[in-house]
Amino acid sequence: MGGLIKSSIARKVAMALSGLFLVFFLLQHFTINLTSIFSADTFNELSHFMGTNPLVQFALQPVLIFGVVFHFIMGFVLEIKNRNARAVKYAKYNGGANSSWMSRNMIYSGLVVLAFLGLHFYDFWVPEIVHKYIEFAPEDPTRYYTELLHKFESPIRTGLYVVSFVFLALHLWHGFASSFQSVGFNNKYSVAATKFAKVFAIGVPLGFVIVALVLHFTH
Amino acid sequence: MNLTLKIWRQKDAKSQGKIVDYQVKGIEGDMSFLEMLDVLNEQLINKGEDPVVFDHDCREGICGACSLQINGEPHGPDRLVTTCQLHMRKFKDGDTIYIEPFRAKAFPVVKDLMVDRSSFERIQQSGGYISVNTSGNTQDANAIPIPKKDADEAMDAATCIGCGACVAACKNASAMLFTSAKVSQFALLPQGQVEATERVLAMVNQMDEEGFGNCTNTGACEIECPKGISLENIARMNREYLKASTKG
Repeated sequence: MGGLIKSSIARKVAMALSGLFLVFFLLQHFTINLTSIFSADTFNELSHFMGTNPLVQFALQPVLIFGVVFHFIMGFVLEIKNRNARAVKYAKYNGGANSSWMSRNMIYSGLVVLAFLGLHFYDFWVPEIVHKYIEFAPEDPTRYYTELLHKFESPIRTGLYVVSFVFLALHLWHGFASSFQSVGFNNKYSVAATKFAKVFAIGVPLGFVIVALVLHFTH
Repeated sequence: MNLTLKIWRQKDAKSQGKIVDYQVKGIEGDMSFLEMLDVLNEQLINKGEDPVVFDHDCREGICGACSLQINGEPHGPDRLVTTCQLHMRKFKDGDTIYIEPFRAKAFPVVKDLMVDRSSFERIQQSGGYISVNTSGNTQDANAIPIPKKDADEAMDAATCIGCGACVAACKNASAMLFTSAKVSQFALLPQGQVEATERVLAMVNQMDEEGFGNCTNTGACEIECPKGISLENIARMNREYLKASTKG
């Protein structure tokens, strides 16, 4: 990672690009989740494809994991460097007068998302890896929907899921729109791009929450 | 009006500083913030105490010397003004005002409210210039046609007075707005193209070496800048840097 963090602008661009990659992943994940409330068969088919396709499993999945790990490690690196850049803090700091809460607290919203990813990996990813690559269990293409319903039976888990996605929305509210600026995109189209990013930041996490609540309350 | 001032006092760069409370009376709304501090210093001198040290020079908002973090904002609560242009009518009788130096590792406190902003000078020296033949055959700048939009944007960037409010406002103490303004004022003009690659690489490198933080696009710098320097300059510098990195 040394070469990638050689300058503040390189770090900023790397953070933006990894974030944009994760935004695309989020959209793809949401699309599959959304099918679960309309058609169990479609959800099973898509999940089976994602869970067994060699390209997804052995090329895209490692890239995704690298993207997630990189984004978080770089986030921590930036936070430490930035805290060190102001050794003596202000006795009075009125950040609310010139910037949004979301933009000033990306590390905290990111930490909640990180904690959620821990739970999510424990719930879905680890059992998948055990099922497929350790137990070598026979593949049942219809198991995915049942497993999904089982996870959203618990009101505590569903509640944690909802809270986590509120923080993801806060993180995306600043992060997605800000990534355009980081890669040097600031022109007459920026207002429209920022609006799109804000709608995405609210819409997609809200969609995840709706799917979770529908599955919880209807089964 | 009568005010309570909570002012950062620090004997020298190596001493530990602290907030000290002062009372000032009879402050007029037409006074500038620095004139209010002059009144306080008169009081302190008359009592035989050490006056509060603060940076100031032109007192008309063009030199970039005055600074001060006032109630948690650089140059105070007003917009597009420097501390010397901030009027006391922005405050009310009985107000408590926090007055602190611009805080950043790259802006070490010299004494009280005065900080050393020579890190900005070093960023400028590393690439904030163009090479012009001054042998007597210098070409008239107006002989080079420049689109008005580019000329306007370059001029807007050049209005940066290097006061450091962007650094003071940024939660990360980042100097990206300052550096990007200094890069942009040349990047937009044909005269700046000769050294474009070296300039942005050298200035960003110097900025990082000085210990400024990383930009996280909070936008606080743009809001607090007394000259209204736009975030577009940072995006331009990012582009210039990426372009230069692929070349150099």
